[in-house]
Amino acid sequence: MTGPKRPAKGQKAPAGKKRPAGGRKGVAQGKRKRVAQKTKGVRKSALLFAGREKLAPIVPPQAIPGQALMLVVAIMSFLACLTVGFVAIINDAANDWTNDLVREVTVQIRPADGVNMLQEIDRTLALVREFPGVGDARALSDEETEGLLQPWLGAGLDLEELPVPRLVLVEINDPELLNLAEMKAQIEQDIRAASVDDHRVWNQQLSGMANTAVLVGFGILVLVLFSMVLSVVFATQAAMSGNKDVVEVLHFVGAEVSFIASEFQRHFLWLGLKGGIIGGAIAAICFVIIGFFSENDVTSISGNQMQALFGAAQVGAVGYVGVVAVVALVAVLTALTSRLAVHRHLASMD
Amino acid sequence: MIRFENVGLRYGMGPEVLRDLTFSIEPQSFQFLTGPSGAGKTSLLRLLFLSMRPTRGLISVFGKDTTKIAKAELPSMRRRIGVVFQDFRLLDHLTTYENVALPHRVSGKSEAEYRPDVIDLLKWVGLGDRMHVLPPVLSGGEKQRAAIARALITQPEVLLADEPTGNVDPPLARRLLRLFIELNRLGTSVVIATHDFHLLEQVEARHLILNDGRLAVHD
Repeated sequence: MTGPKRPAKGQKAPAGKKRPAGGRKGVAQGKRKRVAQKTKGVRKSALLFAGREKLAPIVPPQAIPGQALMLVVAIMSFLACLTVGFVAIINDAANDWTNDLVREVTVQIRPADGVNMLQEIDRTLALVREFPGVGDARALSDEETEGLLQPWLGAGLDLEELPVPRLVLVEINDPELLNLAEMKAQIEQDIRAASVDDHRVWNQQLSGMANTAVLVGFGILVLVLFSMVLSVVFATQAAMSGNKDVVEVLHFVGAEVSFIASEFQRHFLWLGLKGGIIGGAIAAICFVIIGFFSENDVTSISGNQMQALFGAAQVGAVGYVGVVAVVALVAVLTALTSRLAVHRHLASMD
Repeated sequence: MIRFENVGLRYGMGPEVLRDLTFSIEPQSFQFLTGPSGAGKTSLLRLLFLSMRPTRGLISVFGKDTTKIAKAELPSMRRRIGVVFQDFRLLDHLTTYENVALPHRVSGKSEAEYRPDVIDLLKWVGLGDRMHVLPPVLSGGEKQRAAIARALITQPEVLLADEPTGNVDPPLARRLLRLFIELNRLGTSVVIATHDFHLLEQVEARHLILNDGRLAVHD
C-alpha cells in the first residue's frame, strides 16, 4: 500500500513544495494581500506566517450580542456612577453641616418678668467669653432679629413691645478646648430664662438623614450592578447557544474548561470595559454640568436653597474616583459573570 | 488501550441502544465499525471518545476506568484521541490552517512551536495551497481532509472516524483510506465507522459489526 508519507516533526516539507514565504516581505507580501482580498473566502490573514497578523479569535466577536449588551452595560454604569456621585455630594454636604454646627452655639434668652433683656445679653456675652475655646460672641442686632421674624410677623416690628426671645451667637474656635456641658450649665444657672442650643439634635437628624441617603445610594448601586450581572448572564447564555458548535469543537479537541471560558471572558471583559467607560464618561460629564449650573444658579429661589443645603453641589475627587472604581468593577463583574456562566454551561456538557 | 466489558447504554428511560459490548482496541490496530443505520455506531464512538458515560459495564481508556476519571482530566485524555466527525465540525470563521492548528492552540502552545507541523500536515493531506481558505469555500473532500488533519495534528494514539468517506467520491474515498492506513503504520490505532461496503472490501482489517445494539467481532 502506498500512501503519502507524513514527515516527522520538524522535518522539512517534501522537495518541490514551497513553504510559505515567511521571511520574504515587501513586494510579495503586498501582492499576496491584494490577491487575498480579491479572492472570495480567503481571509486577509494570508500574511499569517509573515507574523504580521494575529490568529483569528476562536470565538468570533460578531457571534456575541455585543452592541445590545454594551448599551445595557453603559446604561447600568451610568446609573451606578450617578448614584456614586450623588452619594458623594450628600456625604460631603453632611460633613460640611457637621463641621459648621460644632463651631457655633446659640444662646437664647427668653423675655420674662423683671428681666432686663439688654443687661442679660451683656452678662451672657461676658460670661461666654471667659470660656477657653470661644472665639467670638455677639448678640443678633434688632435688625437681624426683625429680619428673622419678618416672614411670620411682617415688616415694621417693634421689638420693645413684643416678648421676643433674643439670640446670642457664640463662635467656637477650638471645640476641643471648650467644655460645652460646663458652659451650658453655667449660663443656665447665671442667666435667667436662658437656654443653650448646641444644635446637637439638628446635627443628629442631618447625620441620620445623610447616612440613610448613603445607604439607599449603596442599595441602588447594588441593585443596578445585580441587574447588569443578570443581563450579562443572559447575554453569555445567548452567546454560548449561538456558539454551540465552537464550544463543542473546542471541547472535543481537548480544550480545558478554563481555556474556553477565557475565550468568552476576553470578549465580555472588553465589552464591559467599553460599556463602563461610556457610562462613566457620560456620568462625569453630567457631574461637571450639574456643578457648573449649581455654582452659577444663585438668582433663583430653588438655586439658593440648593446652595444653602449642598453648597455648590459639586462632585469632589472622591466621587470621580468612585466613577473610575465603578467602571473597573463593571468590567471585572462582566468578565467574571461570563466566565462563571461558561463554566456552568460546560459542566452540564460533561 | 481501550477496553469495554459488558457495556450497556440507554438514553433516559428508553431501551438499551448498546447491549453487553465486550471488546478492546489494541495499540496500532486497524478496525472498521460497521452496521446498519441506527445500530448505535455513533453512540459507541461517543463512548469511545469519553463524550458519554455508559449506563452499565466498564470502559477502560488508556488503563483508566472512565467512571473514575475526574472532569479536569478529561481534556488531556481527549487530546490522546483524535476524532473525525461525519459533518466535519470545522469552524467556519477560521482558515483551514487555523482549524487544523486548533488542538495545539487550545493546549496552550505558541504558534511558532506548531506552525511547521501544521503546514507539513496540510501538505501531506493535499491542502498545502488551501491553508488560508475558509471552510465554506472548501469542497466536501477538502473539508474531510481538513477534519482528518485536525484529528491527526497532535499525533493521537487512537483515531476515531465517523463515516469519513460518506461525502466523497470513490477515488477520494480510496485516497482517504490510504491516508488512514499510512497513519496506522505510523503507530496510531484507527477505528473507522462506516457502512460503505466498498471501503470495507479494500482492506483486510478487523470488523466490529453492530446490529440492534449488540456487537460481533470478526478478526
